[in-house]
Amino acid sequence: MSGARVGVVTFPGTLDDQDAARAVRLAGAEAVPLWHADHDLKGVDAVFLPGGFSYGDYLRCGAISRFAPLMEELIPAARAGLPVLGTCNGFQILCEAHLLPGALTRNAGLHYVCRDQKLRFENVDTPWTSDYAPGQEVVIPVKHGEGRFVANETTITGLEANGQVVLRYVGNPNGSLNDIAGIRNEAGNVIGLMPHPEHAVEELTGAPGTDGLGFFTSIMKALVNA
Amino acid sequence: MARVIVDVMLKPEILDPQGQAIARALPRLGFAGVSAVRQGKRFEVDLEGPADDAALAEVRKMAETLLANPVIEDFTLRVAE
Repeated sequence: MSGARVGVVTFPGTLDDQDAARAVRLAGAEAVPLWHADHDLKGVDAVFLPGGFSYGDYLRCGAISRFAPLMEELIPAARAGLPVLGTCNGFQILCEAHLLPGALTRNAGLHYVCRDQKLRFENVDTPWTSDYAPGQEVVIPVKHGEGRFVANETTITGLEANGQVVLRYVGNPNGSLNDIAGIRNEAGNVIGLMPHPEHAVEELTGAPGTDGLGFFTSIMKALVNA
Repeated sequence: MARVIVDVMLKPEILDPQGQAIARALPRLGFAGVSAVRQGKRFEVDLEGPADDAALAEVRKMAETLLANPVIEDFTLRVAE
């Protein structure tokens, strides 16, 4: 109906691709499955990199996935402006691919954290977040063992100064620097976040609500109005 | 045939909670006098040929590209005896 096509990537070990595809469809766009071993983005208008444990998290989370054949297509496309959202393992892959600065490391408390997390939007000037407002607080699930965002001081200062911090934790679950939960690249088309908006899109299963749906309605609008 | 050892460590300024947990466990096991522990990774890269300058340069490139994430980690190379 809309013609907006959002690719959802599956690597070996990806877990959340079905939820992500469902969220894309709920927002009214078409979800296009993308396979890690293909050199083919299938002409999609945007790409969602879902969470999970791609390649078993061997070596470092996202370190192997970043060299997958699909990524050889995705990296230049993202640099050229294709909207890309990575959540959790997707965020880790985007950092390993140097599409986003910094890295995600072992949680400060060492525990795997799985909970409904309060978050605050900072900068919403991205194609994935236009339906939110700066300062808006939402609750979206997090579930990760390696979500502590780190970067050197210059990078952190730059992210803050350029308005590249998209989301901040309200109650830091993992020791991330400056409570950073999500960032964007300088151009604004690539975002990564540890929380899982695709798990908060329906009242029935979206514990505790539908606060994540805005990511999908935002990209839908961005693509339709493009 | 030669073996090159690549040691990868988190940069000193990056918090290492695993190392801290190990350091906290040691006194409970009766090991005293440890002020800190940092945990890293060791890779043993076996070469088909000798570990000459060209081969070492290639291993260095491997380390920068894949074995270590230069954003958070440092690495060192040495040829095994």
